[in-house]
This record gives sequence, C-alpha cells and structure tokens, in this order.
Amino acid sequence: MRIERLSKRFGDFTAVSEVDLHVRRGEFLTLLGPSGSGKTTLLMMIAGFVEPTSGDLRLDGRSIRSLLPEKREFGMVFQGYALFPHMTVRRNVAYPLEIRKRPRHAVRERVDEMLALVQLEDFADRLPHQLSGGQQQRVALARALSFGPRVLLLDEPLGALDKKLRGEMQVQLKHLHRRIGTTFVYVTHDQEEALSMSDRVAIMNHGAKVQVGSPEALYERPATTFAAGFLGRSNFLRGIVTGRRGGCATYAVAGREYRQEDPERRLQPGAGVTLALRPEKLEVAPARPDGVDGAGSVGAGNAGPNRLAGVVGDVTYLGSTLSVSVTTDGAGTLIAEVRPRDGPGVAEPGHNVCLEWMPDAAVIVDDMQSPA
Amino acid sequence: MRLAGIHHGAGGACWLLVAPLLGLVIALYAWPVAEILWLGFSDPEPGLQNYEKLFTRTALAKILWTTLRICTITTLLSVTIGYLIAYTMVHLGARERSWMLTLVLISFWVSVLVRAFAWLTLLGRNGPVNAALAAGGLIDEPVAFVRNELGVLIGMTHYMIPYAVLPLLANMQGIDRRIMDASHNLGAGAATTFTRIYLPLTTPGVVAASLLVFVISLGFYVTPALLGGGRVLMVAEYVSVQVLVTVQWGVASMLATLLLAGVFGLMYVLSRFMRLGDVFGARA
Ligand SMILES: Nc1ncnc2c1ncn2[C@@H]1O[C@H](COP(=O)(O)OP(=O)(O)O)[C@@H](O)[C@H]1O
Ligand SMILES: [Mg+2]
Repeated sequence: MRIERLSKRFGDFTAVSEVDLHVRRGEFLTLLGPSGSGKTTLLMMIAGFVEPTSGDLRLDGRSIRSLLPEKREFGMVFQGYALFPHMTVRRNVAYPLEIRKRPRHAVRERVDEMLALVQLEDFADRLPHQLSGGQQQRVALARALSFGPRVLLLDEPLGALDKKLRGEMQVQLKHLHRRIGTTFVYVTHDQEEALSMSDRVAIMNHGAKVQVGSPEALYERPATTFAAGFLGRSNFLRGIVTGRRGGCATYAVAGREYRQEDPERRLQPGAGVTLALRPEKLEVAPARPDGVDGAGSVGAGNAGPNRLAGVVGDVTYLGSTLSVSVTTDGAGTLIAEVRPRDGPGVAEPGHNVCLEWMPDAAVIVDDMQSPA
Repeated sequence: MRLAGIHHGAGGACWLLVAPLLGLVIALYAWPVAEILWLGFSDPEPGLQNYEKLFTRTALAKILWTTLRICTITTLLSVTIGYLIAYTMVHLGARERSWMLTLVLISFWVSVLVRAFAWLTLLGRNGPVNAALAAGGLIDEPVAFVRNELGVLIGMTHYMIPYAVLPLLANMQGIDRRIMDASHNLGAGAATTFTRIYLPLTTPGVVAASLLVFVISLGFYVTPALLGGGRVLMVAEYVSVQVLVTVQWGVASMLATLLLAGVFGLMYVLSRFMRLGDVFGARA
C-alpha cells in the first residue's frame, strides 16, 4: 500500500500534511507521534472514514481513495474498541462473516478459531461490558481479523490498559502478527511500544512525517532533534563547524573544539551544527588534572574521545543504570547513563568529572527548533 | 444479570431528609386523589356498578377504543417523526444542533390552546392550506383536515413530537459513532448498519419515547375537543363532561381510575425497559 502526498485540512488547520509512506506487505508499521500529531486522522483516511483533502492512496497499484470504507476490506481496531454493546462476543466476531454471507457452519468454525487465537473461548457468550479492558481489546482484534482483512489498522489499542497488561499484550500482538502475517499499521504515542513491536516506525509531528525506519535505525541515527528527543532520551550539542581532519569534522561549542565523524562530508566549515548524543554514549570519567577539554589529546590523530569537564548535579538510580546529570561550562546540562558500578567515587553529586564520547558517538541532526 | 445500579446505601438518612416533602405530597396530592378514586366504588351507592357500566354501556367502550386508537396512532407518528428529527440533530454540527433544539423547545412553550386554534385556522375549509391546494389544482373540494379524527391526530402529533425527540436525542447522543464506523469497516453497508446496529442501540430510546408520548396522549383534552369538532370523544373529555355537566362522579372516577391504572402499568413497563439501557451497557 502506498500513501502519496496525503493531506487533510479541517478549515485552515492542517491535521495531516503531505505524508508519503510505503506500507510493505506483511510488515508491522507503527505511526508514532505525540498526541494531536495527526496519527488518528491519517489512519481514518486509510480506513476511509475521513476524506483526504489531497493526495492519493494506492493498494497494489490501484487508487482506493474513493472506495467506501465497507469495500476496502481493512480490519480496524478502534481507539476504545467500538464493540457492538448489544451483541455477545461470539456475535461480534461473527458479524463481518455474516455480512459476507458465509455459510453458517463456516462462520461458527471461523469464530471458534478466532476466539481460540485470542484466548477468549470461555467468554464467547458474554456481552462486551462484562469483559475487562484487555479482553475487550482481544474481542476487537478477533472481530477485525475474522474476515481475513488485507491490512489491519490499530489505533492505540493498548492505550486504555494498565502498564503490566500493556506489556503482555505487546508480546501477544507481536506473536499474532508473526503467526498470521497480515500487514499491521499500528498507531501509538508510546515510544517503548513502537520500539519493541515494529518492523518499521514512522515518526509523526504536527501532521507531517518526520522519519521512517527500523527501530534500530531510528534510535541510532535520528534525522532531527524531534526524532532524537521523542524516541528515547538525547542530549543536544549546538556548535559551529570549524574545519575537517581526515574523516572527521571539527566543531566548536563555547570556544572549545570537538571532533565528529562525518564520512559523507555533511558538515561545511562555518555552518551551524546540531548533534544528538544518547546518554548511554557518554562516559563519566574522573576530572583530569590538566583540565583539558575538547578533541582528544591534541595532535593524537583520530583515536581519542572528545572530553568535556563538568560538575555532577543529580544522580538518579534507574535499576540497571544510573542517570547522571552533569552541568558543563558552556554546553549546558548533559545527561549521562552509566552502569552503577562505574558510578561510585566518580558520579557523586558535587564531584568534578570529565564527560567523554567518541567522535562516532553523536549523530548529526536537523535542528527543528532553530534551523541552522 | 446485573443488580440495579441504584444506590441504597445511606437510605435511612435520606428518607428523613425527604420526609417533610413526602408528608406534603401525601396531604395535598395522594390523599385527595385517593378520595376521588374511592368515589368510583361509592357513588351513587357502594359497589362495583360503575365498573359494570364498562360492559353494559356501548358508548363507554367506544370512547375507550377511540382513545386507545388515537393515542396509538399519535404515538407511532410522533415517535417516527421524532426519530428522524433526533437522528438529524445528532448528525448535524454543534451550532445547527443547538438551533434545532431551540426550535423544538419553543414549541414546548406555546400553549396547547393556541396551537389548536392555529391548526383550525390553517387547515379549515377556507384556510390557507385548502386554498393553496385548490389554487394548485390538486383538489376540487376543500379537504376536511379538521373537525374530525384526522384533525385530532394532526394536533396531537404536533404537540407530542418534542416529547418524542428529547428521550431519543438523549439516547442517540450516548451512542459512540465509532460503533457505526466499526460496522462499515467490517463490510456492512448503510442499511445493514442501521438495522443491525443503530436500531437495536436506539431501541431503549424508542421505547422510552413511545411510552412517554402514549401516557401523555391518554390525558389529552383540549386538542380533541377543539380539532375533533365534537365528533371525537376521548376519555379525558368524557370525564370532564361527567363531572361538570351530568354530575356523575362515580363514572368519572371509574374512568379516572382506569386511566391511572393504565399509566402506572405502562410506567412499570417503562421502568423495566429503562434498565435495558443498563443491559446494553449504553449508560453514557
Ligand atoms: N473532525 C475534526 N475537526 C477538526 N479538527 C480535527 C478533527 N479531527 C481531528 N482534528 C484535529 O487534528 C489534529 C490531529 O488529530 P488526531 O489525528 O486525532 O491526532 P492523534 O491521533 O495523533 O492524537 C488535532 O489537533 C485535532 O484537534
Ligand atoms: Mg489519536
């Protein structure tokens, strides 16, 4: 399925703007974005409930833009599930099959199969309001899958569940996807959910697509400050490019030079640059007696790490890691994530430390706040 | 099955709080009503002879039948029209909806007497409607819209439509539109979605509206008297004649008792159906 320059305006408010997206057959694609970023609107356009202002939708090459929702054969799990409150679980799941006039024994068989798939055999004769949130969610899933849809659309299906159940359902959904092989387009604002379940993630902000890629690619190589900040935590360094040295560019922040790996030569001397630096890529080392900051030891080639001196502020225990906030001179407050056993003696509040990172640890990003 | 969702918790204290009001209601309302109802068994002499008249006097049976027929047709018409109005309102934008609601409520405030006269003028032999139809060449003779049962039905239906709209509107507004979207998504067209999803979900509203309209229709008095032109006699008007003209308090009281029993019976049914909302989980 291809989404081509799809836009939706409500009055003069643009809810979705020129989104291009290629949904591959059988993949688990997640639309990730903060609340109000247009994810539901985009999904509703795919399902046919919201008419696009412009752009096109193609399925196997044919435009489905003007096809009625009931003709699209897309399953959908709605936000809030939208189960039929006056029908039992069994009749809810049977509904799409009865609409398609399948023979009665086939309907029965298929419903049993679907209920087994979502482990709801024992609840077949209950009404939706007699079920817990997690069970309702599974009914919605069984109902949307029972007729063998071409694509399954899910709008924050786990949003109403508590944290523990959400974790279990994530695993189950992922399993289900592997087993049935249907294409999933999944909407969520929860980055953990997106990272743990998806084959690919499309990050959205203000109605526009920011970046698409595998969870690893998005995490390791975010393209913008928004992507870096929304998927996981990130520090940002803003500086001016000063020159090149081999495969590296050098840049200056607050009068000190650092090195950044840049084999593609994206950084031009004199231009501004923003770098995203994940907290776990920062090492917290004891302060150096000589107080040297900047790009490695001078003249030592490309081997050494960048160094930046600072004072430890808060140290937060996160279980497997410690989150250490370090106030630096000129580069603001940076967060480093270190293993607890590296902490004692060095990462103590008030201590002078030296932050170290390798030239390939940071990622060059587009600055969404102040375009360079 | 679930237990009724009413809280019986702090019952004792609540009863104490409403006790004065309850006393007032009993003294000023329940007691006089009971007195009047008792007349049906005691006037002109103790016994059941007033109730016997139901079977012996054909006029009485005819009045009851007329009343039932007119009330049933009125209910069917006003609930059908009310359903269309409420449906339209729910699917309009917020601004248009509040406009329509205002229009519906305004008709609540116009006196039933004024409305009956308005219909008489509009639909009379020489009224604008007949004039327009004649001018358009659709009719040769003026149509008898009023001073007959048709007139009564028109007047009563017009009066009752707002009563049908409000419960239906409340019911329809409580329905999540995504449920209909889900039905379309699963492959159902508009007609199937309406009959298999929307209609069942609005049934509690239809039942509530029907019973409300029917119960109120039973007591209609001014409209049948004016628009029926004396040819359509319903129970309420007959009771008033018995009291004011022929001074047969016993018969009047007997009919009043029947009406009241009928209303209570329907209210009981209504209360059963109201809980359907709860069974359907549509309590929003
Ligand atoms: N029918 C509508 N009319 C006007 N604005 C709308 C409508 N639907 C959504 N919006 C607006 O579009 C934006 C995106 O909404 P939505 O797609 O629901 O975001 P998300 O699902 O990402 O939270 C929101 O700011 C919302 O207010
Ligand atoms: Mg949403």
